[in-house]
Amino acid sequence: MLTLSSVSKHFGGLDVLQDINLTIPEHGIFGLIGPNGAGKTTLFNLVTGLLTPNAGAIEFFGQRLEGRRPYQITRWGVARTFQNIRLFKEMTALENVLVAMVDETRYGTVRALMRWPGYRDAEQRERDAARGLLARVGLVEKAGHQAGTLSYGEQRRLELARALATRPKLLLLDEPAAGMNAAEKRELMSEIVKLDENGLNIMIIEHDMGFIMGLCREIVVLNFGQIIARGSPAEVRANPQVIEAYLGSDGDAVSSPKQ
Amino acid sequence: MEWLDSFWATYSTLVLSVGTNILLALSIYLTLACGLLTVANAAFMGIGAYAAALLTINGGIPFFFTITAGALLPALIALVIGRPTLRLSGVYLAMATLAFGEVVRILILNAESITGGALGLNGIPLLTTWFDVTLAVGVTLYVLLRLAHARIGRAMTAIRQDEVATELMGINVRAYKLFSFVLGAALAGLAGALNAHFTFFISPNEYGFERGVEILAMGVLGGATSPWGALIGAALVTLLPELLRGLGHYRSLINGVILIVIILYSPKGLWELLQFAMRRPRPSTTT
Repeated sequence: MLTLSSVSKHFGGLDVLQDINLTIPEHGIFGLIGPNGAGKTTLFNLVTGLLTPNAGAIEFFGQRLEGRRPYQITRWGVARTFQNIRLFKEMTALENVLVAMVDETRYGTVRALMRWPGYRDAEQRERDAARGLLARVGLVEKAGHQAGTLSYGEQRRLELARALATRPKLLLLDEPAAGMNAAEKRELMSEIVKLDENGLNIMIIEHDMGFIMGLCREIVVLNFGQIIARGSPAEVRANPQVIEAYLGSDGDAVSSPKQ
Repeated sequence: MEWLDSFWATYSTLVLSVGTNILLALSIYLTLACGLLTVANAAFMGIGAYAAALLTINGGIPFFFTITAGALLPALIALVIGRPTLRLSGVYLAMATLAFGEVVRILILNAESITGGALGLNGIPLLTTWFDVTLAVGVTLYVLLRLAHARIGRAMTAIRQDEVATELMGINVRAYKLFSFVLGAALAGLAGALNAHFTFFISPNEYGFERGVEILAMGVLGGATSPWGALIGAALVTLLPELLRGLGHYRSLINGVILIVIILYSPKGLWELLQFAMRRPRPSTTT
């Protein structure tokens, strides 16, 4: 489904990602972990078109993504949420979702101007669909609230609903559980499982190991811009290189890469 | 109706100016609504004014087409300069559009054989009627209010709040920005073309930096979140100096103080303040 071939990205002299080769098959939840600064979010930014790789190719269902504009990539079916929440804070929860809705009814600007017959119906259908998405993340009673006034957990769930409104084939979640309490995390996990069962491809960056080990079929570990391990949760957990990346090896406590 | 005749004789220019200033305020509302700080509106107004006035003076074209040309020419120029310029943001965009305004002013100043240079164009026939201005303002306001509540209006608000997130929702941010910029230029040109045909005389300095700031003040004071804000801002900036006429020397001073007080106490513009005062929730599209 998603293939990265020899992808590299550097900022000035800093190699953030070096020669990444990664093929992600269809179906299933895929985890991306690694210490801070390993290049996880940069990888998401490359896939969604916010950054262009310095070398290499990115392919999504046979479609080349590198060098394409982000809105185009979104329309091809890649959606994401952000590590630092990026909602439209002064718009209501419903409006946030409406902005992202795919314009399938094709009622355009001219129809809106002329109040073309059917325009109101089309708009109503769109609103109903947006409400459906809010209901899915348990926010339907908050539809009229300004996004900025919602709690942290609610904002994360609203971001998820907004991403789903773009009708993605691949959903990239950047630390979706950050700042959530245990109950909220459990709810989010079951929601992600449901999305997976509905056939959505999901990639998650997350520092909460319980969360990621519980959800993912396969995990890739990044460290200093390189893939150091890939495998099932059990395999990754037992991998000495991964343990070293996170905890540092014996006698290496001072120069530990983790902060 | 004698009083009406004498009122119109004295104040017709002022009333028509309120109308064209509303168009100018709406032109900057369009770009401000997308979070773009452009100050080229005065230049677009000048281009529209000169294009229309020259067509009228050189004769033979119906007034409607003259005015249309006055709106189309700046729109075309905006389309050309918009693509490279709108990649900039914040103060850099303001600087680039400011520079463009100066280029236009100096070009008009030096193309003496066509534009009359610093002496300007004299004796432009007084063709603009109150009906023309009312119609232009009415149609523009209707269209922009409709757009504000449609998909395109939501997209523009989203761009103002978070450009990157909007792009990642599958919205072609650059296209929307270019659209606002070009439509804004057309409105400024329309205002200029109408304005030139009731002031009798135009000169390059009318479309300089000061005018640009005045237009920006109308947009910001009224509030960039709704076309109504532009309407209020334009009326205020045009009428306030007239209402303060009795103050003599202190007029400009008091005028400035009032504007500063408004912006200090209502940084989001008078429209938001008005809505807050009426205890009405924002006209959200939620139903």
